[in-house]
Amino acid sequence: MIRSITRIFFAEWRKLRRPTLLLGTLGAVAFFSILVSSLLFLMIDSPNGNGDRGIRITREMLSLPSGATQAFSSIGNLLGIIALCVFAAQTAQEYSLGTLRNLLVRQPGRIRLLVGKLASMKVFAIIMTLVSAVISIGVSYALAGGKDVNTTLWFNSDGRLEIAKTLLNVFISILGFGIIGMVLGILLRSPISSISLGVLWLLIVENIVGAVKSSTLQWLPGNQLGTIAVGGTESVSYTHALSLSGLYVGIALVIATVLFTRRDVAN
Amino acid sequence: MSNLAISVTDLSKKYGAALAVSHTNFQVPLGTICGFVGPNGAGKTTTIRMLLGLITPTGGTGQILGESITSPEKYLPQVGAMIEGPAFYPALSGAENLRVLATLGGFPQERVDQLLQQVGLADRGKSKYKTYSLGMKQRLGIAAALLPDPKILMLDEPTNGLDPEGIQEIRQLLRSLADNGTTVFVSSHLLSELELISEYIVMLRKGEVVFAGPIQELFDQQQPYMIVKTENIGDLEKIMTIAQSAGHHAHIRDGAAHIEGPADWAGTLNKLAFEAGILLTQLSPQLPNLEETFFEMTGEQK
Repeated sequence: MIRSITRIFFAEWRKLRRPTLLLGTLGAVAFFSILVSSLLFLMIDSPNGNGDRGIRITREMLSLPSGATQAFSSIGNLLGIIALCVFAAQTAQEYSLGTLRNLLVRQPGRIRLLVGKLASMKVFAIIMTLVSAVISIGVSYALAGGKDVNTTLWFNSDGRLEIAKTLLNVFISILGFGIIGMVLGILLRSPISSISLGVLWLLIVENIVGAVKSSTLQWLPGNQLGTIAVGGTESVSYTHALSLSGLYVGIALVIATVLFTRRDVAN
Repeated sequence: MSNLAISVTDLSKKYGAALAVSHTNFQVPLGTICGFVGPNGAGKTTTIRMLLGLITPTGGTGQILGESITSPEKYLPQVGAMIEGPAFYPALSGAENLRVLATLGGFPQERVDQLLQQVGLADRGKSKYKTYSLGMKQRLGIAAALLPDPKILMLDEPTNGLDPEGIQEIRQLLRSLADNGTTVFVSSHLLSELELISEYIVMLRKGEVVFAGPIQELFDQQQPYMIVKTENIGDLEKIMTIAQSAGHHAHIRDGAAHIEGPADWAGTLNKLAFEAGILLTQLSPQLPNLEETFFEMTGEQK
């Protein structure tokens, strides 16, 4: 069992590590990490705010032990959307290319196949998280001096704990987005459809619904995952976001697993 | 252990109200090449998919290498397959595509280079799959099917897109695999090719088996016939009358009389025609071939 999952993991990794996918994704991760981190510091004195939805993040806030990861945590949503696209494409393409039948002939244990693929994509998500963290914290540190932000507390024991906590939260958030992408891939069996639906929901539908009725933010799945990345918000607590996300992702995984294991592979 | 590679009993698959495969029964002995033929939509691919555990039968049972098709994990490590043409990742090279499957199946990576050599892709193994011609894709599909050094090889239209030289190479490859004990279960529309290599035939029509058994048995069921042409085309009717008077079925098609009867009756017919003052320009006894038999048994139009 473990041996076959390991084989599936490495087979999937051969696909994930191809330069166009890995470097392309990490390029996008780097771009957003640099962009968000730079804007946070360069617009620190802007009256329009320097954070998400016009929020002002002051020098004092940035000088706290959590200052090093302030930018990194707010990239969580963007990283999540990238993960959703990668996970959805990698899963749905097995149907659209017809390669699923090859995989199932070589590995008929469908749950094992799903677990091995997910494990491989988790490693991909870890790499995304780490790259984003290094770039974001690096850019933040480089820009902090020029903007009179005190970094003394960033790397003391409290600061290191904050970094570890944020890394974990962003990783959980990215993984949640990724699993939703994977589930969409299994449900829709088309990379374009699953990515479109996922991105449309997260970037447009949730924003419109949340703007029209703010109480819905407590229930929208994308918002819960984004909340986990930033460690909780004023409107949604971390615990609520974590438990509700777990419920959503769990239900989605059960539906996807049942479909994946029972559905005929007829294409 | 049974000497059967494949055995199916009443195997059926229904999609809604449509019966794609209906109560199919056939057996394929180990170490033979079995042609799997039928018109488009006859249920060949559906049957192969059921044998590979990709789709669940709605009725009946099947066994591969003595194991039930409800437990594909027990026999698939010894089965190689290419279903409905090759399917690979376009952005990966041919070799890398094979490595994905070798890793997944736990086969030695060295096998990848050996197989690329065997199917004539050694010099293009590092090229991306999306740059391959149809024939090269087909060869890669066959290489992937050979990865496990299979006891049973199931191929769905393996010669699609191949040039005559490629078709001949694949024929030789399948022959040599069968000579080494591999059972080859191959569907193809190239009936003349199948006739050259197959010892067994399973013929499907509208989801039902119309024949399953040794190919010679199939031919033995068919009447030999002869094609007769006369110098004067108007004499064909007289030839028909002569044949029918002697108890042979006959009809005219494409400017020739087709008369059912054994080859040794040709001499008698020639003599009777001569006595009737008819000059024959062609008198050729024909043995039944797979293509003729296929059209006759499946009711397909030529």
